[in-house]
Amino acid sequence: MKNLPKSSRWFLLLIWITIIAAIIAAPALLPVFRLNLLGRYLSLAIVALGVDLIWGYAGLLSLGQGIFFTLGGYCAAMYLQLNSSSDLPNGIPEFFALYGVKELPFFWEPFKSPIFTLIAIWLIPALVAGTLGFLVFRNRIKGVYFSILTQAALLVFFNFFNGQQKLINGTNGLKTDVTQLFGQMVGSDSMQRWFFWLTAIIVVIAWFFARWVVRDRFGNVLIGIRDDEPRVRFTGYNPTLFKTIVFGIAGGLAGISGALYTVQSGIVSPQFMTVPFSIEMVIWVAVGGRGTLLGAILGAVAINYAKSLVSEALPASWMFIQGGLFILVVTALPEGVLGWLQSDRPRNLLTRLGVSRPVSTYPSLEAESKQEVKK
Amino acid sequence: MQLILESLFNGVAIGSVLLIAALGLAIVFGLMGVINLAHGELMMLGAYSTYVTQLIFKLPALKPFYNAYVIVAIAVAFVVSGIVGILLERSIIRRLYGDPLETLLATWGVSLILQQFVRSVPLAYGTGLVVALLIGMLLPIGLPKKLYEKFSGRIIRLACWAISALLGVLTSNSLSTAISKLGRASARNVDVTAPSWMRGGFDLWNITFPITRLVIIVITLIAVLGVTWFLKKSVWGIRIRAVTQNRSMSDCLGISTETVDVLTFGIGSGLAGVAGVAVSLLGSVGPNVGGSYIVGCFMVVVLGGVGNLLGTIIASFAIGIMTDLIGAGRLLTIWPDMPTPLASAVDFFATTSMARVMVFALIVIFLQFRPAGLFPQKGRMVEV
Repeated sequence: MKNLPKSSRWFLLLIWITIIAAIIAAPALLPVFRLNLLGRYLSLAIVALGVDLIWGYAGLLSLGQGIFFTLGGYCAAMYLQLNSSSDLPNGIPEFFALYGVKELPFFWEPFKSPIFTLIAIWLIPALVAGTLGFLVFRNRIKGVYFSILTQAALLVFFNFFNGQQKLINGTNGLKTDVTQLFGQMVGSDSMQRWFFWLTAIIVVIAWFFARWVVRDRFGNVLIGIRDDEPRVRFTGYNPTLFKTIVFGIAGGLAGISGALYTVQSGIVSPQFMTVPFSIEMVIWVAVGGRGTLLGAILGAVAINYAKSLVSEALPASWMFIQGGLFILVVTALPEGVLGWLQSDRPRNLLTRLGVSRPVSTYPSLEAESKQEVKK
Repeated sequence: MQLILESLFNGVAIGSVLLIAALGLAIVFGLMGVINLAHGELMMLGAYSTYVTQLIFKLPALKPFYNAYVIVAIAVAFVVSGIVGILLERSIIRRLYGDPLETLLATWGVSLILQQFVRSVPLAYGTGLVVALLIGMLLPIGLPKKLYEKFSGRIIRLACWAISALLGVLTSNSLSTAISKLGRASARNVDVTAPSWMRGGFDLWNITFPITRLVIIVITLIAVLGVTWFLKKSVWGIRIRAVTQNRSMSDCLGISTETVDVLTFGIGSGLAGVAGVAVSLLGSVGPNVGGSYIVGCFMVVVLGGVGNLLGTIIASFAIGIMTDLIGAGRLLTIWPDMPTPLASAVDFFATTSMARVMVFALIVIFLQFRPAGLFPQKGRMVEV
């Protein structure tokens, strides 16, 4: 925000105040059902921040963020399942009995610890993303090839999770709404309110974190990679390292997002890893404005809210609207809504409507003249 | 021997479906650098055109020729998908050349719209729309030159579109009255029944080869040969390759690059339609039928190396044979006394979905050694 003109800064501040006011007012105004939906969409905003980091800043279009999202969700769900199954036979979650599994699979063990789970929620997705990214980036596979490979990886993870009944309940997924946390049902109204607050706070933290990532030299290198990768390489930077790190960060954010989404939607299942969901994440960012972190948050919440409203009213039409959004945002509005608002074009529109445009000079000159006045 | 033959046949059968589906994609992606995520939906349109053709051939007037409907369906599917593809190219993709990521997103939007279109619009209307588009596109070309001297171009074009719209409405109305199934919108899957000569199997050396699979292999073979001939020998094929190699130079030499773009995209989309015919013979047809093939197609193109037909062919058969070997657990039958840990690993991957996991892992490992696929494009480039 540092480098933006003054009016734009005011504009952003206004948006922030609106958002924070809305978040504070929401629990009082909305019924729990709507509040829960809003909480889910806020958690999706975190994964959108990750997409914005890798796509808006580093130019990597990942169609596989669903992998990391779901991994985070599974981490949270496994802990919750274990936490509430101590009085069940064998002390293992109920669904294992369906497949005749007597013993807990080994990778479930560490999830008995809440601290491990809290770390795993972001670390495991980040490590998976980093490894996958490193293998791809190392070979200078990029652009559309990267997109295709991430999509294929998504499908592979989907198939894997879908087929493993005995390990993670396969296609049915893990339920969390009937599990216990701090002696309360996760699906209960009071818990859901708490989760809403938690999500809202984490969204803000995630925004600060993402801003910290892109503000200094690291962010500049990312933008350099997006705009001209060979030149960055020739200048002596190692793009592979930067891309791997940022992809890992985005994976971690996706994991956190997935965990928050899971506890609020009550289930995590391989359905989170379907191809359309991961591409939708991209369109939230595209509509909100790629390269503007706030845009990612706004886009995710606004589009999902619109989706739920439209699907309630006219179920068949959402696909048309969504398809149209994809086409529109690519052909007519490539910088997204927020990017459009920050550009010159709204002003031009106003000028054309007859509102005269304030004459501006160089900011440095203005500052100097003010100083002179003070003297 | 029998086992190897059976395995090979299954692999080739899986591979040929992949190949025919990936062929159009390889052309569009390889020659134009356009990622078309709506390719699967163009296949879906091809599958639905097979369904519509089949229903039309069930009408009393055409009943005697019912057994030949598959052959007609191939042509119909090619034209239908080709028309939609050309429309797509003219309206959206043309604006996005040189920006593959944007194209990817836009075509995904198109694919969503096409899926929902099939769900919520009766097939008869869809057919009418395609007929109208076809006539509207062909009529201005077919008219005698004299007309253009008499009237201004705009009036002729308007008249053409009016006529085609009228014919389209007529088609859709008559179709929906003649075949009530087509008059209603439905999101349910439909089934294409193969004609009687395609059912059953073909016995050779104690192995039964399902005839549908054989037919698909033949369709694939013809399509590959046709495409190869077209690209290597025909005038327009040579122009397409010229534009691929150097767009601005070809433009300077008088090749209409715009026509080449339309033609390439139309043929690629048309091939997707032919793939749709093959897919419709294998299982039921629904709005999501294309989505299940698209990722496999892209893997074929990436593995084979972009812009290389031979690579596409080898890659799809390799993937097909690998999938069959792993997915059916054939390694265990070939080598029964495998050490136990290995055997349990093989057993773990012996389902269709786990086979995909394994094949993807193998492809990623392969790409570590050959990042540009089996047959990379040669040239002195910083960027590949």
